[in-house]
Amino acid sequence: MATDFIIIDIYKEEPGLDMQKIDDKLLMQFFETMVTIRLFEEECRRQADLGKLRGMHSSIGQEAVPVGICGHLKEGDYILGNHRSHHHCIARGVDINEMMAELLGKSTGTNRGKGGTMHIADIDKGMLGANGVVGSNIPVATGAALSAKMRGTDNVSVVFFGDGASGQGVLYESMNLASIWKLPVIFVCENNRYAEATPFEYAIAGGNVSSRAEGFDMPGIQIDGQSVIEMFLKATPAIERARNGEGPTLIEALTYRYQGHFGGENPQSYRTKEEEEHYKSNDCIKQIRNYLIEEEVCGLDDLTRLEEGASVKVEQSVKFADDSSFPDDKALYEDVYISNS
Amino acid sequence: MAQATDQRALTYAQAVNEALRQTMESDNKVFVMGEDIAGGAGREDQGKSDAWGGPFRLTKGLIGDFGPDRVRDTPISEAGFLGAGVGAAATGMRPVVDLMFSGFFGVCADQIVNNAAKMRYMFGGKITLPLTIMTSTGAGTASAAQHSETLYSLFAHFPGLTCVAPSDAYTAKGLFISAIRSDDPVIIFNHKLLMGRTAKSADMGQGEGFGVVVPEEMYEVPIGKAHIDREGTDITLVGISYTTIVCRDAARELESRGYSVEVIDLLSVSPLDSETILNSVKKTRGIVIVDEDYPRCSVASDISALVAEEAFDYLDAPPVRITSPHTPVPYSLPLEMLYLPTKESVVEAALGILE
Repeated sequence: MATDFIIIDIYKEEPGLDMQKIDDKLLMQFFETMVTIRLFEEECRRQADLGKLRGMHSSIGQEAVPVGICGHLKEGDYILGNHRSHHHCIARGVDINEMMAELLGKSTGTNRGKGGTMHIADIDKGMLGANGVVGSNIPVATGAALSAKMRGTDNVSVVFFGDGASGQGVLYESMNLASIWKLPVIFVCENNRYAEATPFEYAIAGGNVSSRAEGFDMPGIQIDGQSVIEMFLKATPAIERARNGEGPTLIEALTYRYQGHFGGENPQSYRTKEEEEHYKSNDCIKQIRNYLIEEEVCGLDDLTRLEEGASVKVEQSVKFADDSSFPDDKALYEDVYISNS
Repeated sequence: MAQATDQRALTYAQAVNEALRQTMESDNKVFVMGEDIAGGAGREDQGKSDAWGGPFRLTKGLIGDFGPDRVRDTPISEAGFLGAGVGAAATGMRPVVDLMFSGFFGVCADQIVNNAAKMRYMFGGKITLPLTIMTSTGAGTASAAQHSETLYSLFAHFPGLTCVAPSDAYTAKGLFISAIRSDDPVIIFNHKLLMGRTAKSADMGQGEGFGVVVPEEMYEVPIGKAHIDREGTDITLVGISYTTIVCRDAARELESRGYSVEVIDLLSVSPLDSETILNSVKKTRGIVIVDEDYPRCSVASDISALVAEEAFDYLDAPPVRITSPHTPVPYSLPLEMLYLPTKESVVEAALGILE
């Protein structure tokens, strides 16, 4: 087998990131959240192997994207996700005990055990739901932005979708609506290079998603999704533009899905080990970890403490889920309508 | 009944694969498209063009034999590629389009119900649409509310659409061949719990089904015709796709209690084989219809109405429908098990009529 593989690093190194706009405490929070996501996802995989967790789409490798974006969000802002959304939820502050309980189908889960991995929602925390139909949440996010505007707030909504969703017409309908009405929505395409097993260079005409913004009279930018610092800083204008009532932005975050499309699927049936190693060498957590040490933001012991803390929290989430009960039979019939809630 | 030969006891997925392969070999107008039906498109240079062969491996290996022109991975654009299937079918091709899960129907409803279903009628019969849509259905795999629906009745509601639901490898191969050869748009529902099963592992009893052997040669299972899966005289159970297996299990249980049970494997949801159903009910005087779809406005309701209207005087008891409840499909395991029609619920319903 040829060892050649296609590397598409379309983002360019850009000098002059203003590190003054990101304080040390926030950087350490980013690190902690990203580590929590990774450990949570690894634990999910173990729970799946034990037969307790019934299927998932792992977000390992993509942690920096929502963590950087959500660093800008405040109360009243909403995010919306897709089938692969555990990292979005954790980045927005959804409780991992309740998430693990949901994934194990327990009544204490975020969705009372009725939604599972593809539908985690926590409205109070600003997570307006994950969605299993590709592209389906994009207009919903546009509607949340319409609501924020009509209610006279400066809140924004952020929708995360994959490169695969750029094939859905509803993205372009939503971008047009958001642009003509100057809605405070940020469309975040997490280009992890694969829509299931289909590589994006096959499926996306023109080779990128961000340039499609031009036709809708909105900014379209590419960001290195493996750098949480770049994700945060380069998303700043998009958030400000939305809060100021100037309209939407399309962000294409270039990232990589380390695992298969779903738990247990072998991605090397459609990509090479060499390609995986190339992208994994640019790991987002390794990057921020090195930065924190090299720039003397904190010491190794601080990082170890954060890592151990995250590990304990993830362990506790399993205990919380294990100790919880399955929903009662009557839960099957509840919440179809308000009248039977 | 033919003796099982391991070589030809194909899984449902293998039987579909063989049907696709044989129809593609015999008619170069037949082509397949859908999301990851090859998988890894654009990676031929790495030898990775057939990574998946479809999410349920129905199309595994086809790209190697027929090439990317006739086995087309699509972007995730259901409205786009379903509509392209309509257009290609209208102009001389015979496309087979994969709609990965029936719930994704929502993304491309317009193309199916406004174009595929209506064009021939609207255009005064001046067009044929030999389009085949295959989609997966069913709960029981922890896929939650959007990836586990059945939705027969949604499609059957529309005049112009033909809807079939195979129950095993034999009927899958035969119905696929019939569907692809049909000049009308046909939707084939593949239940997720069936696709890995062989006829043998379906534990078919004496005289049930078509036997465990899937013939190698091409054959058709006629569209519009239900199959008497098992003959009996005391009660009729109607199954659709996977619920035919549920009916068989219930029939065995009822038989052990001394009842003679007739099982009808519906196979065609639209058109509906009213004659077979009515003849059976006139003989047995009782019917339980087992349908995994939502209960309201369902195929089960349709059959219940048919029997009530056309065979009322023969019935010893009202028709009974065993369906999923009027709720979306839940994720949590105990709830999902509670959601599905079971052998126990069918037996209980049948005994309610029989006793």
